[in-house]
Amino acid sequence: MTAYLQLFIQAAFVENLALSFFLGMCTFLAVSKRVDTALGLGAAVIVVQGITVAVNNLIHQYLLQEGALAWIGLAEVDLSFLGLVTYIGVIAALVQILEMILDRYFPALYSALGIFLPLITVNCAILGGSLFMVERDYNFGESLVYGLGSGFGWALALVALAGIREKLKYSDVPNGLQGLGVTFIIVGLMSMAFMGFSGIQL
Amino acid sequence: MSAETNTLIKNGLWTNNPALVQLLGLCPLLAVTSTVINGLGLGIATLLVLTGSNVIVSMIRNFVSSEIRIPVFVMIIAALVTTVELVLSAYFHPLYKTLGIFIPLIVTNCAIIGRAESYASKHSVQDSFVDGLMMGLGFTAVLVLLGGIRELLGQGTLLANADLMFGQAARDLTITFSDDYPGFLLAILPPGAFIGLGLIIALKNIIDRRMAARTEPLIIPQTETARS
Repeated sequence: MTAYLQLFIQAAFVENLALSFFLGMCTFLAVSKRVDTALGLGAAVIVVQGITVAVNNLIHQYLLQEGALAWIGLAEVDLSFLGLVTYIGVIAALVQILEMILDRYFPALYSALGIFLPLITVNCAILGGSLFMVERDYNFGESLVYGLGSGFGWALALVALAGIREKLKYSDVPNGLQGLGVTFIIVGLMSMAFMGFSGIQL
Repeated sequence: MSAETNTLIKNGLWTNNPALVQLLGLCPLLAVTSTVINGLGLGIATLLVLTGSNVIVSMIRNFVSSEIRIPVFVMIIAALVTTVELVLSAYFHPLYKTLGIFIPLIVTNCAIIGRAESYASKHSVQDSFVDGLMMGLGFTAVLVLLGGIRELLGQGTLLANADLMFGQAARDLTITFSDDYPGFLLAILPPGAFIGLGLIIALKNIIDRRMAARTEPLIIPQTETARS
């Protein structure tokens, strides 16, 4: 149990996808103007990240990995070169399915999250999560925890940046830096603050 | 050169630079630019994929119905990226190791799908090729510039590890400015990337404003507002 908690804390804070791996930057900057939209997208990312990393882990373990096809008697087949195409396909398909399920059974949630779901397919934080899972050889339980933790960390950074940008409207920014220039510098300062988490052990 | 080609070149390299104005493809831009060579390596990989995907998307633009175009584009890009990844792994293995996860992540580089969607799916093969090439060059230029700034500030060198890309003969290309440079760790770490890019964008805004001010008496100034 402690191992899972440690993994969660590490994925969310120490190895924050947005602030120390620069993943999902396009969406991160585009949707961080207001706190309420940031919360919506953050929630959607946590859900999608948790599901896709776990599902891609199953696919990796039982279909693509070298020797993974042993259960149907093809022990020497190595399909890992198909990984990239498969993961992105799984993500696109899952987002689509999730959208349909939400629309059918949870209309209130759908109207809150709906517009953000298509954005998630091209969010590299999601694909990055799956690629890290493969690279670090997580098992199924670890993948689930890693997905939820890294999604949570990304959402946290997004909401924090949105909060700062809402206040920033009232400040006097030097001429050329207005708009995105100053936003990048703020993200830089936030990432410096998150570096303080490095080295935390439970 | 036709007028269209001229516009494309100017757009890709300056007015509509994917990295500085459209702010697409930021993840690799920030992540791999700790040295010039890393930036150049990823820039060239992106350039190849972008040009290839623009050409292919433009070729099939009349056969793919608009409902399924996004998945088709993504699959084309993923196939191209897999190819580039295998080539890098075979011929530039140390560079491949350094860039790591960011080569497969070219798939979700929104600059590529953005160009496929907004340009290549509506224009001829030749124009799309030029557009992909120029957008790729503009992107690579920013990668190299940011890499240069961070490497210079962080380690006091330029073109360190050039042998990763050009073979052993290039080992002497590395320029060391001061032998006892203490190093400025922040420039290499993530915050340096964010702050560096913020300053480059500010610089571009200032240059644009100066140029607009200079040409103002002659032509009506183009109001170029950076997306915020």
